[in-house]
Amino acid sequence: MYFGLSEEQKSLEENIQRFLADNAPLESIKAVADGDEEKAQAIHQGIIELGLSGLVVPEEYGGLELNMLFATVVSSALGSGTAPVPYIGSYVMAPMALNLAGTEEQKNKWLPKIAGGECQIGVGLSEYVGARENAGIEFAKNKINGRALFIIDGKNADAFIIANKSGELFIFDSSASGIEVVELTTVDKTRTSVELILENVDSEKLAASDDTTVIEKILDAGRLMLAADTVGAAQVMLDKSVAYSLERKQFGRLIGSFQAVKHMCAEMAAELEPCHSMIWHAAHCQDSVPEEARLMACQTKAHVSEVGKQVSKTATEVHGGMGFTDELGLHYWFKRIGLNRQLLGSPELVREEAGKLQGFDQ
Amino acid sequence: MDLEYGPQYDEFRAEVINFIKENENTKLSGPPRSESRVAWQQKLIDHGYFARSIPKEYGGYGGDMDIIKLRIIAEEFAKSPIPKPAGGQGIQMLVPTLLSLGTEEQKQEYIRPTLRGEILWCQGYSEPNSGSDLASLQTKAELDGDEWVINGQKIWTSTAHLSQMCFILVRTEPDAPKHQGISYLLMPMNSEGIDRRPIKQMTGDSDFNELFLTDVRIPAKNIVGARGEGWKVANATLGHERGSLADPNVTQNRLNSLIDLMKNETIDGERVIDKPIFRDRLLSIQGRLMAQQSNALRILSSQINKDQDAHLAKAIVKLQGTELRHELEGLAIDAMGELGTLYEDSPHLRDNGAWQMTYMYYLGLIIGGGTNQIQKNIISERALGMPKEPKVQGA
Repeated sequence: MYFGLSEEQKSLEENIQRFLADNAPLESIKAVADGDEEKAQAIHQGIIELGLSGLVVPEEYGGLELNMLFATVVSSALGSGTAPVPYIGSYVMAPMALNLAGTEEQKNKWLPKIAGGECQIGVGLSEYVGARENAGIEFAKNKINGRALFIIDGKNADAFIIANKSGELFIFDSSASGIEVVELTTVDKTRTSVELILENVDSEKLAASDDTTVIEKILDAGRLMLAADTVGAAQVMLDKSVAYSLERKQFGRLIGSFQAVKHMCAEMAAELEPCHSMIWHAAHCQDSVPEEARLMACQTKAHVSEVGKQVSKTATEVHGGMGFTDELGLHYWFKRIGLNRQLLGSPELVREEAGKLQGFDQ
Repeated sequence: MDLEYGPQYDEFRAEVINFIKENENTKLSGPPRSESRVAWQQKLIDHGYFARSIPKEYGGYGGDMDIIKLRIIAEEFAKSPIPKPAGGQGIQMLVPTLLSLGTEEQKQEYIRPTLRGEILWCQGYSEPNSGSDLASLQTKAELDGDEWVINGQKIWTSTAHLSQMCFILVRTEPDAPKHQGISYLLMPMNSEGIDRRPIKQMTGDSDFNELFLTDVRIPAKNIVGARGEGWKVANATLGHERGSLADPNVTQNRLNSLIDLMKNETIDGERVIDKPIFRDRLLSIQGRLMAQQSNALRILSSQINKDQDAHLAKAIVKLQGTELRHELEGLAIDAMGELGTLYEDSPHLRDNGAWQMTYMYYLGLIIGGGTNQIQKNIISERALGMPKEPKVQGA
């Protein structure tokens, strides 16, 4: 019995963190947030070279075929550095969707390109999870019409995979005619989001996506990735808080020697430490205990989002006025955690789903 | 990541299940120390389901220290209404202390009857003016010939009315710095000069006592460790106490009962669980519990795989576990509304009043065993490396 990360997983995490420290320091994050697309491209290229685009792609399509625990480690590491790169939609959910539901032809067309870092696919499940503004799509005769909001990794995407209300998945090239891409500006400028307005867009259905277990698996994976991103980001916020409290003096003392500050840090640690175990456990369920995977994914997304909210608030407070400044940049982590909380279902929505999974409505 | 215990444990689990099946109708009667309770405890020791790794010569089973086997025993016993092995401060705190720091004579004299439930122990640590700041304790003991003479006052002494023995911290070196002036003594509760007064708690029960000690004489040999080393001796066992509070696997059983309760209780004919706000609170608590269960797996793994570090995961268990349990019990009361306030032997009472009782009891545990504020000091100082409070002059 061994519960935890393997040496290989730990070294992957360290490699990503080192890469981000060297290639995406705070100045770079700020530059990307201010619109420096070249810098964003360079960091994106860097994570492709680390092999992250092909991490979950099967070996026969040129990927590394690693499991969800590896993907969780990656997502957490990217969250810790507020890495301004596509990952959760393009390199986890999209290849999973193709692999689970695509025809052989679809797999052959897309998966090797994803693994090779030549193709970024935006993923939109918002209308399946809970449509806002009555958005939604209709698919008939290989054409899609309608509107989809909050496509994850949708900016500069080469293709899109989106879901309709009943959970069927459709793929189409971004160069197809009839697509209007509307860029959405969220508080989190380390990641991008778009809306798609679609008029008679040529599109293919992912053949096996009639079976709703397909979209459920992709949704579970996406929720876990978001939770892992939050855990990574929240851990950095806690670490920065402790470090700051051991530098900053007031009343002739380090502020970290005041119980008020110590208890804020202890409360963050007490909430956050179990979240590391929880994301590993949820990943393990997706890899090996399918009957527990869905409930675990919902509860992990909900619980980690709540803890992330608390940690991101408290950590900002520990930094006092500096925590509120752009100069310190702590707000990038705060906002990243804020976006993760809402994507693919806010805690209340996801808990509602967790209740249904357990038959509480019966 | 590997959550399987391995096929080599299948046979062991089958043995445990078989034992439980054969004994599932066991009913214990009488007060603590009664014949049937001692006999049951001895049976559990004989089969290695209790005191498993304690040497045979001291009354244990004398088995290997296999964490997974201990885990399997706990899992299977938890699933059945079969009587559980006795606990208490003697078994949880004194026995490990004697095993590592007691003299051979002390081990021979006390461990076996303690394991069998023939000697019950209480803990004489806290004093009216020494709670969180335990090391400031003032109860003193002076050596007079071959006897210690103890004078002072202890408080929060749980089960003192049932106990035959007390492990007690006293000041024996008044001129030494506060942590170095304390000794750890073993005091028979039938000694002359012990005046016990029960403390009635908010629950209505009296689990705790005050002890007034006036010229209590005990043999000089009843000291564990050297004179002045009592603080170290006591700290070796405080860890055992904290680890045993608010186990998430026990809380899981309680959550299952809460779910049943919320499916059964109705408001205007509608089940409480069908009301979205109540249901959301329930699911929030479940999410927190699942996080604690994952944390517990990590701790278990670190006990099996010695190179794995889980010190922060362990440091938070008491704080997180007691707070969650208190909230869980509180949700049950809210789910029952006015019915949730019923107590003692009232008409319409649910579950013998256990929800109110446990709600209050866990508030006691939030305070006891090192208050949760002290827990936060420990987490921030020992796990996060933050500085201690500056010392106040003279304290």
